[in-house]
Amino acid sequence: MTNEEIQAKKTRVNEQVQSSLKKRYAAEARFKAIGLGAIVLGLLFVSILFIDIVSKGYSAFVQTHVQLEVHFDPAVIDPSGNRDMQEIARADYRKLVRAPLRAHFPEVTSRRDKRQLYTLLSSGASYQLQQMVMENPELIGKTEKVWVIADDEIDMLVKGHVDRDSLSADRRISDQMIAWVDALDEKGLVETQFNTGFFSNGDSREPELAGIGGAVSGSFFTLVVTLLLSFPIGVAAAIYLEEFAPQNKLTDIIEVNINNLAAVPSIVFGLLGLAMFINFFGLPRSAPLVGGLVLTLMTLPTIIIASRAALKSVPPSIREAALGVGASKMQTVTHHVLPLAMPGMLTGSIIGMAQALGESAPLLMIGMVAFIVDIPQGPFDPSTVLPVQVYLWADSPERAFVERTSAAIMVLLAFLITMNTLAVVLRRRFERRW
Amino acid sequence: MNTIETAVMDQDSTVNGAVPETADHKKELGTDFETVGNVRVANPRMATTGVNVYYGEKHAIKNVSLDIGKNEVISMIGPSGCGKSTYLRCLNRMNDTIDICKVNGEIKLDGQDIYDKKLDVVPLRARVGMVFQKPNPFPKSIYDNIAYGPRIHGLAANRSELDEIVETSLRKAGLWDEVKDRMDQPGTGLSGGQQQRLCIARTIAVSPEVILMDEPCSALDPIATAKIEELIDELRENFTIAIVTHSMQQAARVSQRTAYFHLGNLVEVGDTTQIFTNPSHKLTEDYITGRFG
Repeated sequence: MTNEEIQAKKTRVNEQVQSSLKKRYAAEARFKAIGLGAIVLGLLFVSILFIDIVSKGYSAFVQTHVQLEVHFDPAVIDPSGNRDMQEIARADYRKLVRAPLRAHFPEVTSRRDKRQLYTLLSSGASYQLQQMVMENPELIGKTEKVWVIADDEIDMLVKGHVDRDSLSADRRISDQMIAWVDALDEKGLVETQFNTGFFSNGDSREPELAGIGGAVSGSFFTLVVTLLLSFPIGVAAAIYLEEFAPQNKLTDIIEVNINNLAAVPSIVFGLLGLAMFINFFGLPRSAPLVGGLVLTLMTLPTIIIASRAALKSVPPSIREAALGVGASKMQTVTHHVLPLAMPGMLTGSIIGMAQALGESAPLLMIGMVAFIVDIPQGPFDPSTVLPVQVYLWADSPERAFVERTSAAIMVLLAFLITMNTLAVVLRRRFERRW
Repeated sequence: MNTIETAVMDQDSTVNGAVPETADHKKELGTDFETVGNVRVANPRMATTGVNVYYGEKHAIKNVSLDIGKNEVISMIGPSGCGKSTYLRCLNRMNDTIDICKVNGEIKLDGQDIYDKKLDVVPLRARVGMVFQKPNPFPKSIYDNIAYGPRIHGLAANRSELDEIVETSLRKAGLWDEVKDRMDQPGTGLSGGQQQRLCIARTIAVSPEVILMDEPCSALDPIATAKIEELIDELRENFTIAIVTHSMQQAARVSQRTAYFHLGNLVEVGDTTQIFTNPSHKLTEDYITGRFG
């Protein structure tokens, strides 16, 4: 080959490389664009979800109240005058609520119209007054300005969820009632206040009285039971399988089955719980205890798998070092391996707990879907949980339940995000390098 | 066809100037091979007789008998996969941690069989300490790294005794002056060479009789290596040391006796000077002259 030929070959190769380079860069750019597109699309969907939920739900955190000048009439509350608390509790407080309302609208006289007028206020208003008197009997005989809860339809009207221009027959609230509310509003007697009842009340058929208090408390007891059972069992199982179990067929079978269990539909665990815990062991229905047991079954595989991964990631040199200075196997595990694996185990457990918190299907099977008004005081009381409460409200026809459903979802999401953030923080904080 | 290829290959290797690997180096010597040289010493610290190790089907150590004398440094050399590390790990039953590993034969420490069923492996490992290839300090403070062994064995009655053990161990490992002002800092923050000396100090802290070292310098730079070698020489006064090494120069520098392993067999044992100047077996000679390895 002459010099020119070599030179020509070099240029040719160079050109080929150049042209192929272009193609390669184009492929890279395409791939990057597709990846970026996927992320943008994902973020878009997530933000649509969040915007939808928040825009529907934020108004549930306030509640319309109406101010009434209530005369705590002794003739109604305590006709005998001997301050017997039982008698006071049984008094007809509806009369106290209705009297000032009638005073505002003296023109309302017919029975039908009066009944309609009374529906401006929630049935909870009289309980509110009863509560006040029970806490402070000295109120009897006095006249006080009291903010009482308005009916959910009025609440919707004040929050602007009712179309005033639509035909009267198309809404659940009549023109007459709209006029009354406007009249009260003009006098400054209608106001939206922060909805404390939403957080403290149990479930109710009346949307304005319904709250997530019972569901949050039920979720809390359920999660406590789940955590107390699944963390120690899961971590102990992982340690045994990873550090002590002999490598044989049986261990392999157990390992494969744990991985499979993580993929079992959660409702199957619910069925198992129903058959085992309720029908066989006779534990109470709808109780957080049973819910916790079922969720334990469900989260165990997650925790075991995460814990084993955490144990595996501890370098074997640490174990050798400990064994080399004469630590026993148990000492090696508890002194060296476990502290290093703990962040990973905690992260796995918190994520498992978050899963359990958001789970509803298996709890439907064990009766935690029942309509329960009382707030559970312990793991044996019948209760429901947050996601199931969301499911129940989403099923209700009242317009006011729509915003409450969204608000409950917001609370649930807040818990989940907090738990996941905690997991990330823990991992960052305690991650040790070696 | 085959002949032509072989011929071509031969030609190539001749051109490159390398000595062709003969079949000898790949041939296994078999279980009935007799080690060349004197495997026994007077008053041995550890005595092994007919040790065989199996990894599942694989026969990793074949009928090895070897004594390790008191206060001597014995080095074990040989090509990769020859079983020298496996043999070393038998001496403190570190192989117990590998499920498929089976050891038979007799290994005695001060006349006592360490594979005896009644023998507890935990105190054994305190008596036969080990330093590993990669420095592996615990991710704890320097102090806790050294104090861990004495603590679990209850060697110190109180804090001041423990402080003393930590200080003397670090002094013996030649690390005291470098770390005395930062005992509460993590051991993993030290340099590679310092970490390895920390690991040696950790081993010394439980006062073992024998220290096993599995290629302790292979992850270190030459200066750190020189320090460790110096240290090994000093430690010989109080401890018996068995060291596995890839570096023949290192074996020549630090050890009094050298054992050459080949594919699971102990081929030759002898004084280090004799092995490196006048090896008796052909394989030993080929290895130390760099013909393969």
